[in-house]
Amino acid sequence: MSGLLPLIEHAVKKPIWDCRMCGQCVLHSTGMTCPMTCPKTLRNGPCGGVREDGRCEVVPEMECVWAKAFRRNHTLPLPKVWREEFNHTRPPVDNTLEGTSSWINLVTGRDRKTPTGWSGAVADAASEAADHAGVGAALVELDEAGV
Amino acid sequence: MSHLEELLTARTRPVVTAELPAVNSGGLGAVARHLETLAPHVDAINATDNPAAHAHASNVAIAIAITQLGAEPIMQIVCRDKNRIAIQADLVGAALFGVENICALTGDDVTAGDEPEARRVFDLDGPQLVRVAAGIGAGHYLSGRAIDPAPHLFVGAVENPYAPPLEYRVDRAAKKSQNGARFLQLQIGYHFDRLETFVSGCVAAGITQRTALLPTICLVKTPRALSFMDENVPGISVPTEVIGKVAEAADPKEATYQLALEQARHALSLPGVAGIHLADFRHDGSVARIVDDLGLRTQQNEEQHAHGSQLAG
Repeated sequence: MSGLLPLIEHAVKKPIWDCRMCGQCVLHSTGMTCPMTCPKTLRNGPCGGVREDGRCEVVPEMECVWAKAFRRNHTLPLPKVWREEFNHTRPPVDNTLEGTSSWINLVTGRDRKTPTGWSGAVADAASEAADHAGVGAALVELDEAGV
Repeated sequence: MSHLEELLTARTRPVVTAELPAVNSGGLGAVARHLETLAPHVDAINATDNPAAHAHASNVAIAIAITQLGAEPIMQIVCRDKNRIAIQADLVGAALFGVENICALTGDDVTAGDEPEARRVFDLDGPQLVRVAAGIGAGHYLSGRAIDPAPHLFVGAVENPYAPPLEYRVDRAAKKSQNGARFLQLQIGYHFDRLETFVSGCVAAGITQRTALLPTICLVKTPRALSFMDENVPGISVPTEVIGKVAEAADPKEATYQLALEQARHALSLPGVAGIHLADFRHDGSVARIVDDLGLRTQQNEEQHAHGSQLAG
Protein backbone atom coordinates (compact mmCIF):
# COMPACT_ATOMS: atom_id res chain seq x y z
CA MET A 1 0.00 0.00 0.00
CA SER A 2 2.85 2.39 0.82
CA GLY A 3 4.08 1.94 -2.74
CA LEU A 4 0.64 2.51 -4.21
CA LEU A 5 -0.36 5.56 -2.16
CA PRO A 6 2.06 8.02 -3.77
CA LEU A 7 0.66 7.00 -7.16
CA ILE A 8 -2.94 7.51 -6.01
CA GLU A 9 -2.05 10.81 -4.31
CA HIS A 10 -0.32 12.09 -7.44
CA ALA A 11 -3.24 10.99 -9.64
CA VAL A 12 -5.61 13.00 -7.46
CA LYS A 13 -3.51 16.08 -6.72
CA LYS A 14 -1.66 16.57 -10.00
CA PRO A 15 -4.75 17.52 -12.09
CA ILE A 16 -6.20 19.79 -9.39
CA TRP A 17 -3.13 21.49 -7.88
CA ASP A 18 -0.31 20.56 -10.27
CA CYS A 19 1.17 18.65 -7.30
CA ARG A 20 4.95 18.15 -7.41
CA MET A 21 4.99 15.39 -4.74
CA CYS A 22 7.22 17.21 -2.27
CA GLY A 23 5.85 14.81 0.34
CA GLN A 24 5.13 17.57 2.88
CA CYS A 25 1.90 19.13 1.67
CA VAL A 26 1.09 22.61 2.97
CA LEU A 27 -1.82 23.40 0.60
CA HIS A 28 -4.20 24.07 3.48
CA SER A 29 -2.00 26.94 4.73
CA THR A 30 -1.33 28.47 1.31
CA GLY A 31 -4.84 29.20 0.09
CA MET A 32 -5.03 25.74 -1.54
CA THR A 33 -2.29 26.88 -3.96
CA CYS A 34 0.80 24.70 -4.30
CA PRO A 35 3.95 26.74 -3.49
CA MET A 36 6.09 24.16 -5.30
CA THR A 37 4.59 25.46 -8.56
CA CYS A 38 6.37 28.79 -7.91
CA PRO A 39 9.45 28.66 -10.18
CA LYS A 40 11.54 29.53 -7.12
CA THR A 41 9.62 27.00 -4.96
CA LEU A 42 9.10 29.71 -2.33
CA ARG A 43 7.09 28.47 0.64
CA ASN A 44 6.85 31.71 2.60
CA GLY A 45 5.37 34.30 0.30
CA PRO A 46 6.14 36.07 -2.97
CA CYS A 47 9.55 37.29 -4.08
CA GLY A 48 10.15 40.94 -4.92
CA GLY A 49 9.94 40.33 -8.65
CA VAL A 50 6.16 40.13 -9.03
CA ARG A 51 5.14 42.17 -12.06
CA GLU A 52 2.88 45.20 -11.85
CA ASP A 53 -0.03 43.16 -13.25
CA GLY A 54 0.48 40.43 -10.63
CA ARG A 55 2.20 38.04 -13.00
CA CYS A 56 5.28 35.92 -12.34
CA GLU A 57 8.79 37.32 -12.86
CA VAL A 58 9.98 34.04 -14.36
CA VAL A 59 6.90 32.92 -16.30
CA PRO A 60 5.07 36.10 -17.39
CA GLU A 61 2.14 34.08 -18.77
CA MET A 62 1.36 32.85 -15.25
CA GLU A 63 -0.16 34.70 -12.30
CA CYS A 64 2.25 34.85 -9.35
CA VAL A 65 1.59 31.72 -7.30
CA TRP A 66 1.64 33.75 -4.11
CA ALA A 67 -0.63 36.49 -5.44
CA LYS A 68 -3.08 33.69 -6.22
CA ALA A 69 -2.51 32.03 -2.84
CA PHE A 70 -3.08 35.31 -1.00
CA ARG A 71 -6.33 35.94 -2.87
CA ARG A 72 -7.61 32.41 -2.42
CA ASN A 73 -6.75 32.39 1.27
CA HIS A 74 -9.27 35.20 1.66
CA THR A 75 -11.91 34.13 -0.85
CA LEU A 76 -12.12 30.34 -0.56
CA PRO A 77 -14.36 28.93 2.18
CA LEU A 78 -11.47 27.69 4.30
CA PRO A 79 -11.48 26.90 8.02
CA LYS A 80 -10.28 29.84 10.12
CA VAL A 81 -7.29 27.87 11.48
CA TRP A 82 -6.07 27.20 7.95
CA ARG A 83 -6.38 30.89 7.05
CA GLU A 84 -4.39 31.88 10.10
CA GLU A 85 -1.62 29.48 9.18
CA PHE A 86 -0.97 31.48 6.02
CA ASN A 87 1.45 33.76 7.86
CA HIS A 88 3.26 30.96 9.69
CA THR A 89 6.85 30.35 8.67
CA ARG A 90 7.03 27.07 6.82
CA PRO A 91 10.36 25.25 7.34
CA PRO A 92 12.82 24.45 4.55
CA VAL A 93 11.72 21.63 2.29
CA ASP A 94 12.88 18.20 3.45
CA ASN A 95 14.26 16.89 0.19
CA THR A 96 14.37 13.31 1.49
CA LEU A 97 10.56 13.25 1.31
CA GLU A 98 10.32 14.04 -2.39
CA GLY A 99 8.17 11.48 -4.17
CA THR A 100 6.70 10.02 -0.99
CA SER A 101 3.05 10.27 0.02
CA SER A 102 2.32 13.37 2.07
CA TRP A 103 -0.80 11.57 3.33
CA ILE A 104 1.35 8.92 5.01
CA ASN A 105 3.80 11.59 6.21
CA LEU A 106 0.89 13.53 7.71
CA VAL A 107 -0.43 10.50 9.59
CA THR A 108 3.00 9.48 10.88
CA GLY A 109 3.97 13.07 11.70
CA ARG A 110 7.07 12.71 9.51
CA ASP A 111 6.17 15.87 7.57
CA ARG A 112 6.41 17.94 10.74
CA LYS A 113 9.91 16.76 11.63
CA THR A 114 12.32 19.67 11.18
CA PRO A 115 16.10 19.97 11.68
CA THR A 116 16.99 20.44 15.35
CA GLY A 117 18.31 23.96 14.77
CA TRP A 118 15.12 25.15 13.08
CA SER A 119 13.40 25.44 16.44
CA GLY A 120 16.44 27.18 17.89
CA ALA A 121 17.72 24.14 19.75
CA VAL A 122 21.33 23.03 19.91
CA ALA A 123 21.77 19.30 19.50
CA ASP A 124 23.43 17.66 22.47
CA ALA A 125 26.34 15.35 21.78
CA ALA A 126 24.38 12.15 22.46
CA SER A 127 21.49 12.89 20.11
CA GLU A 128 23.93 14.21 17.55
CA ALA A 129 25.78 10.92 17.65
CA ALA A 130 22.47 9.08 17.28
CA ASP A 131 21.62 11.22 14.26
CA HIS A 132 24.88 10.34 12.58
CA ALA A 133 24.66 7.22 10.55
CA GLY A 134 26.95 5.89 7.88
CA VAL A 135 30.63 6.02 7.16
CA GLY A 136 30.84 9.81 6.61
CA ALA A 137 29.36 10.53 9.99
CA ALA A 138 31.60 7.95 11.60
CA LEU A 139 34.62 9.73 10.16
CA VAL A 140 33.37 13.01 11.61
CA GLU A 141 33.08 11.38 15.01
CA LEU A 142 36.53 9.86 14.71
CA ASP A 143 37.89 13.27 13.86
CA GLU A 144 36.11 14.95 16.74
CA ALA A 145 37.25 12.23 19.15
CA GLY A 146 40.82 12.98 18.13
CA VAL A 147 41.80 9.35 17.53
CA MET B 1 28.92 44.58 17.57
CA SER B 2 29.00 46.19 14.12
CA HIS B 3 28.76 49.95 13.61
CA LEU B 4 25.52 49.37 11.69
CA GLU B 5 24.04 47.38 14.58
CA GLU B 6 24.99 50.09 17.04
CA LEU B 7 23.40 52.78 14.90
CA LEU B 8 20.22 50.86 14.15
CA THR B 9 19.86 49.91 17.81
CA ALA B 10 20.40 53.45 19.08
CA ARG B 11 18.44 55.13 16.24
CA THR B 12 19.83 58.53 17.17
CA ARG B 13 20.26 59.57 13.54
CA PRO B 14 19.33 58.30 10.07
CA VAL B 15 21.63 55.59 8.74
CA VAL B 16 22.98 55.55 5.19
CA THR B 17 24.03 52.38 3.40
CA ALA B 18 25.03 51.94 -0.22
CA GLU B 19 25.73 49.24 -2.74
CA LEU B 20 29.27 48.51 -3.92
CA PRO B 21 29.34 48.23 -7.73
CA ALA B 22 30.05 44.70 -8.93
CA VAL B 23 33.74 43.85 -9.21
CA ASN B 24 35.20 41.28 -11.61
CA SER B 25 38.94 41.76 -11.52
CA GLY B 26 41.74 44.16 -10.66
CA GLY B 27 42.67 42.92 -7.21
CA LEU B 28 41.84 44.63 -3.94
CA GLY B 29 42.67 47.92 -5.65
CA ALA B 30 39.47 47.64 -7.63
CA VAL B 31 37.46 47.37 -4.41
CA ALA B 32 39.48 50.16 -2.80
CA ARG B 33 38.71 52.53 -5.68
CA HIS B 34 34.97 52.05 -5.21
CA LEU B 35 35.34 52.49 -1.46
CA GLU B 36 37.12 55.81 -1.92
CA THR B 37 33.97 57.35 -3.36
CA LEU B 38 31.48 55.55 -1.10
CA ALA B 39 32.96 54.82 2.32
CA PRO B 40 33.42 58.41 3.50
CA HIS B 41 29.71 59.10 3.06
CA VAL B 42 27.93 56.00 4.30
CA ASP B 43 27.76 53.79 7.38
CA ALA B 44 27.93 50.40 5.69
CA ILE B 45 28.34 49.03 2.19
CA ASN B 46 26.50 46.13 0.57
CA ALA B 47 28.57 43.35 -0.96
CA THR B 48 26.15 42.03 -3.56
CA ASP B 49 25.66 38.36 -4.42
CA ASN B 50 25.65 37.91 -8.20
CA PRO B 51 23.14 40.74 -8.78
CA ALA B 52 20.57 40.20 -11.53
CA ALA B 53 21.87 36.63 -11.80
CA HIS B 54 25.17 37.70 -13.38
CA ALA B 55 28.37 36.15 -11.99
CA HIS B 56 30.84 38.55 -10.34
CA ALA B 57 33.47 38.41 -7.61
CA SER B 58 31.63 36.63 -4.80
CA ASN B 59 29.73 38.23 -1.94
CA VAL B 60 32.09 36.56 0.57
CA ALA B 61 35.27 37.77 -1.16
CA ILE B 62 33.96 41.32 -1.52
CA ALA B 63 32.66 41.47 2.05
CA ILE B 64 36.05 40.35 3.38
CA ALA B 65 37.80 42.85 1.12
CA ILE B 66 35.62 45.68 2.42
CA THR B 67 36.44 44.66 5.99
CA GLN B 68 40.17 44.48 5.29
CA LEU B 69 40.09 47.90 3.63
CA GLY B 70 38.68 49.41 6.79
CA ALA B 71 35.03 49.88 5.85
CA GLU B 72 31.98 47.96 7.03
CA PRO B 73 30.25 45.46 4.74
CA ILE B 74 26.71 44.16 4.64
CA MET B 75 27.03 40.77 2.99
CA GLN B 76 24.06 40.02 0.79
CA ILE B 77 23.12 36.38 0.33
CA VAL B 78 20.65 35.21 -2.30
CA CYS B 79 18.86 31.87 -2.26
CA ARG B 80 19.29 31.27 -6.00
CA ASP B 81 22.82 29.90 -6.30
CA LYS B 82 23.63 27.76 -3.27
CA ASN B 83 22.03 25.16 -1.06
CA ARG B 84 21.71 25.42 2.71
CA ILE B 85 25.06 23.76 3.39
CA ALA B 86 27.01 26.15 1.15
CA ILE B 87 25.17 29.21 2.47
CA GLN B 88 25.90 28.29 6.08
CA ALA B 89 29.55 27.70 5.19
CA ASP B 90 29.66 31.20 3.65
CA LEU B 91 28.09 32.73 6.75
CA VAL B 92 30.53 31.21 9.22
CA GLY B 93 33.45 31.59 6.80
CA ALA B 94 32.88 35.31 6.29
CA ALA B 95 32.33 35.72 10.03
CA LEU B 96 35.89 34.45 10.60
CA PHE B 97 37.02 37.64 8.89
CA GLY B 98 34.73 39.88 10.92
CA VAL B 99 31.77 40.09 8.54
CA GLU B 100 28.76 40.54 10.83
CA ASN B 101 26.06 42.30 8.81
CA ILE B 102 24.03 39.93 6.66
CA CYS B 103 21.24 40.78 4.23
CA ALA B 104 19.12 37.85 3.05
CA LEU B 105 17.36 38.00 -0.32
CA THR B 106 15.37 35.58 -2.42
CA GLY B 107 17.36 36.69 -5.46
CA ASP B 108 16.48 37.38 -9.06
CA ASP B 109 15.73 34.30 -11.10
CA VAL B 110 18.46 32.80 -13.28
CA THR B 111 16.43 33.88 -16.33
CA ALA B 112 17.21 37.53 -15.43
CA GLY B 113 20.91 36.92 -16.05
CA ASP B 114 23.27 36.09 -18.88
CA GLU B 115 23.27 32.38 -18.10
CA PRO B 116 19.55 31.56 -18.08
CA GLU B 117 20.33 27.88 -18.67
CA ALA B 118 21.82 27.59 -15.16
CA ARG B 119 20.16 25.44 -12.49
CA ARG B 120 18.24 27.50 -9.95
CA VAL B 121 18.68 26.31 -6.38
CA PHE B 122 16.30 28.06 -3.91
CA ASP B 123 16.93 25.33 -1.32
CA LEU B 124 15.95 27.98 1.26
CA ASP B 125 13.63 30.94 0.74
CA GLY B 126 14.17 34.46 2.11
CA PRO B 127 12.45 34.09 5.51
CA GLN B 128 14.03 30.65 6.01
CA LEU B 129 17.47 32.08 5.23
CA VAL B 130 16.91 34.84 7.79
CA ARG B 131 16.13 32.19 10.42
CA VAL B 132 19.11 30.03 9.49
CA ALA B 133 21.46 33.04 9.69
CA ALA B 134 19.95 34.11 13.03
CA GLY B 135 20.48 30.54 14.25
CA ILE B 136 24.16 30.69 13.36
CA GLY B 137 24.39 33.95 15.29
CA ALA B 138 22.79 32.11 18.21
CA GLY B 139 25.44 29.41 18.05
CA HIS B 140 24.12 26.54 15.95
CA TYR B 141 23.79 25.32 12.40
CA LEU B 142 20.37 24.43 11.00
CA SER B 143 21.09 20.82 11.94
CA GLY B 144 21.45 21.88 15.56
CA ARG B 145 25.21 21.26 15.60
CA ALA B 146 26.75 23.76 18.01
CA ILE B 147 29.05 26.58 16.90
CA ASP B 148 31.24 27.57 19.83
CA PRO B 149 31.93 30.41 20.19
CA ALA B 150 28.95 31.70 18.22
CA PRO B 151 29.86 34.29 15.58
CA HIS B 152 28.23 37.64 16.24
CA LEU B 153 25.85 38.36 13.36
CA PHE B 154 23.47 41.22 12.60
CA VAL B 155 20.89 39.79 10.24
CA GLY B 156 18.60 41.71 7.92
CA ALA B 157 16.69 41.14 4.72
CA VAL B 158 14.98 42.88 1.81
CA GLU B 159 11.31 43.53 1.17
CA ASN B 160 9.53 45.07 -1.80
CA PRO B 161 6.72 47.43 -0.72
CA TYR B 162 5.97 48.28 -4.35
CA ALA B 163 5.19 44.88 -5.93
CA PRO B 164 1.93 42.92 -5.81
CA PRO B 165 0.28 41.57 -3.78
CA LEU B 166 0.61 44.95 -2.03
CA GLU B 167 -1.77 44.01 0.79
CA TYR B 168 0.53 41.16 1.76
CA ARG B 169 3.87 42.97 1.94
CA VAL B 170 3.58 44.06 5.58
CA ASP B 171 2.79 40.48 6.61
CA ARG B 172 5.86 39.28 4.74
CA ALA B 173 7.98 41.93 6.45
CA ALA B 174 6.54 40.72 9.76
CA LYS B 175 7.50 37.16 8.91
CA LYS B 176 11.11 38.19 8.25
CA SER B 177 11.14 40.27 11.43
CA GLN B 178 9.79 37.39 13.51
CA ASN B 179 12.50 35.12 12.12
CA GLY B 180 15.26 37.47 13.16
CA ALA B 181 15.60 40.28 10.60
CA ARG B 182 16.80 43.41 12.42
CA PHE B 183 16.68 45.60 9.33
CA LEU B 184 14.97 45.58 5.94
CA GLN B 185 16.56 47.28 2.97
CA LEU B 186 13.57 47.99 0.74
CA GLN B 187 13.47 47.44 -3.01
CA ILE B 188 13.85 50.34 -5.47
CA GLY B 189 10.46 51.95 -6.04
CA TYR B 190 8.80 55.07 -7.37
CA HIS B 191 5.32 54.93 -5.83
CA PHE B 192 5.40 57.31 -2.87
CA ASP B 193 1.94 56.20 -1.76
CA ARG B 194 2.93 52.53 -1.64
CA LEU B 195 5.94 53.30 0.54
CA GLU B 196 3.76 55.33 2.91
CA THR B 197 1.20 52.52 3.19
CA PHE B 198 3.91 49.93 3.79
CA VAL B 199 5.82 51.93 6.39
CA SER B 200 2.70 52.93 8.32
CA GLY B 201 1.55 49.29 8.18
CA CYS B 202 4.89 48.17 9.62
CA VAL B 203 4.62 50.77 12.38
CA ALA B 204 1.06 49.69 13.22
CA ALA B 205 2.12 46.03 13.30
CA GLY B 206 4.98 46.82 15.69
CA ILE B 207 7.60 45.66 13.19
CA THR B 208 9.66 48.86 13.24
CA GLN B 209 10.43 48.55 16.94
CA ARG B 210 12.55 45.50 16.26
CA THR B 211 13.33 45.87 12.58
CA ALA B 212 14.71 49.06 11.01
CA LEU B 213 13.35 50.09 7.61
CA LEU B 214 15.79 51.44 5.01
CA PRO B 215 14.05 52.46 1.76
CA THR B 216 16.30 52.33 -1.29
CA ILE B 217 16.98 55.48 -3.26
CA CYS B 218 18.16 54.83 -6.78
CA LEU B 219 20.50 57.34 -8.41
CA VAL B 220 20.27 57.11 -12.20
CA LYS B 221 21.55 59.41 -14.92
CA THR B 222 18.70 59.68 -17.38
CA PRO B 223 14.91 59.42 -17.73
CA ARG B 224 15.66 56.55 -20.10
CA ALA B 225 17.11 54.59 -17.18
CA LEU B 226 13.76 54.99 -15.41
CA SER B 227 11.90 53.69 -18.49
CA PHE B 228 14.37 50.82 -18.76
CA MET B 229 13.75 49.75 -15.16
CA ASP B 230 10.01 50.07 -15.65
CA GLU B 231 10.06 47.85 -18.72
CA ASN B 232 12.81 45.37 -17.90
CA VAL B 233 13.18 44.89 -14.17
CA PRO B 234 10.44 42.72 -12.68
CA GLY B 235 9.17 44.13 -9.41
CA ILE B 236 10.01 47.74 -10.32
CA SER B 237 7.36 49.93 -11.89
CA VAL B 238 7.87 53.62 -12.54
CA PRO B 239 4.69 55.67 -13.04
CA THR B 240 4.49 57.34 -16.48
CA GLU B 241 4.00 60.76 -14.90
CA VAL B 242 7.23 60.39 -12.91
CA ILE B 243 9.21 59.55 -16.06
CA GLY B 244 7.41 62.34 -17.98
CA LYS B 245 8.16 64.98 -15.38
CA VAL B 246 11.87 64.19 -15.46
CA ALA B 247 12.04 63.79 -19.25
CA GLU B 248 10.42 67.16 -19.88
CA ALA B 249 12.75 69.02 -17.55
CA ALA B 250 15.26 71.50 -19.03
CA ASP B 251 18.12 69.46 -17.58
CA PRO B 252 16.96 65.81 -17.42
CA LYS B 253 20.16 64.59 -15.75
CA GLU B 254 19.77 67.12 -12.95
CA ALA B 255 16.04 66.36 -12.78
CA THR B 256 16.73 62.64 -12.17
CA TYR B 257 19.00 63.63 -9.29
CA GLN B 258 16.33 65.95 -7.90
CA LEU B 259 13.82 63.11 -8.14
CA ALA B 260 16.09 60.91 -6.02
CA LEU B 261 16.57 63.73 -3.53
CA GLU B 262 12.80 64.22 -3.30
CA GLN B 263 12.34 60.49 -2.76
CA ALA B 264 14.98 60.44 -0.03
CA ARG B 265 13.43 63.43 1.76
CA HIS B 266 10.02 61.81 1.54
CA ALA B 267 11.30 58.46 2.84
CA LEU B 268 13.14 60.06 5.76
CA SER B 269 10.05 62.06 6.67
CA LEU B 270 8.07 58.89 7.36
CA PRO B 271 7.89 57.85 11.02
CA GLY B 272 9.35 54.35 11.20
CA VAL B 273 12.06 54.86 8.60
CA ALA B 274 15.53 54.50 10.13
CA GLY B 275 17.62 55.58 7.16
CA ILE B 276 18.17 55.05 3.47
CA HIS B 277 20.00 52.67 1.18
CA LEU B 278 21.61 54.13 -1.94
CA ALA B 279 21.91 52.36 -5.28
CA ASP B 280 24.15 54.58 -7.39
CA PHE B 281 24.21 54.20 -11.15
CA ARG B 282 25.39 57.78 -11.81
CA HIS B 283 28.98 57.36 -10.59
CA ASP B 284 29.48 61.12 -10.64
CA GLY B 285 29.77 61.91 -6.96
CA SER B 286 26.02 61.89 -6.40
CA VAL B 287 26.30 59.73 -3.29
CA ALA B 288 28.37 62.41 -1.57
CA ARG B 289 26.05 65.09 -2.91
CA ILE B 290 22.80 63.52 -1.74
CA VAL B 291 24.17 62.71 1.72
CA ASP B 292 25.28 66.33 1.93
CA ASP B 293 22.00 67.73 0.56
CA LEU B 294 20.09 65.67 3.09
CA GLY B 295 22.27 66.98 5.89
CA LEU B 296 23.17 63.43 6.90
CA ARG B 297 26.89 63.97 7.33
CA THR B 298 27.75 63.05 10.86
CA GLN B 299 30.69 62.67 13.13
CA GLN B 300 30.90 59.00 12.27
CA ASN B 301 30.93 59.87 8.60
CA GLU B 302 33.70 62.33 9.23
CA GLU B 303 35.72 59.67 10.99
CA GLN B 304 35.21 57.33 8.09
CA HIS B 305 36.06 60.18 5.79
CA ALA B 306 39.41 60.55 7.49
CA HIS B 307 39.96 56.84 7.10
CA GLY B 308 38.89 57.00 3.46
CA SER B 309 41.51 59.69 2.85
CA GLN B 310 44.14 57.38 4.28
CA LEU B 311 42.93 54.70 1.91
CA ALA B 312 43.18 57.10 -0.97
CA GLY B 313 46.64 58.07 0.10
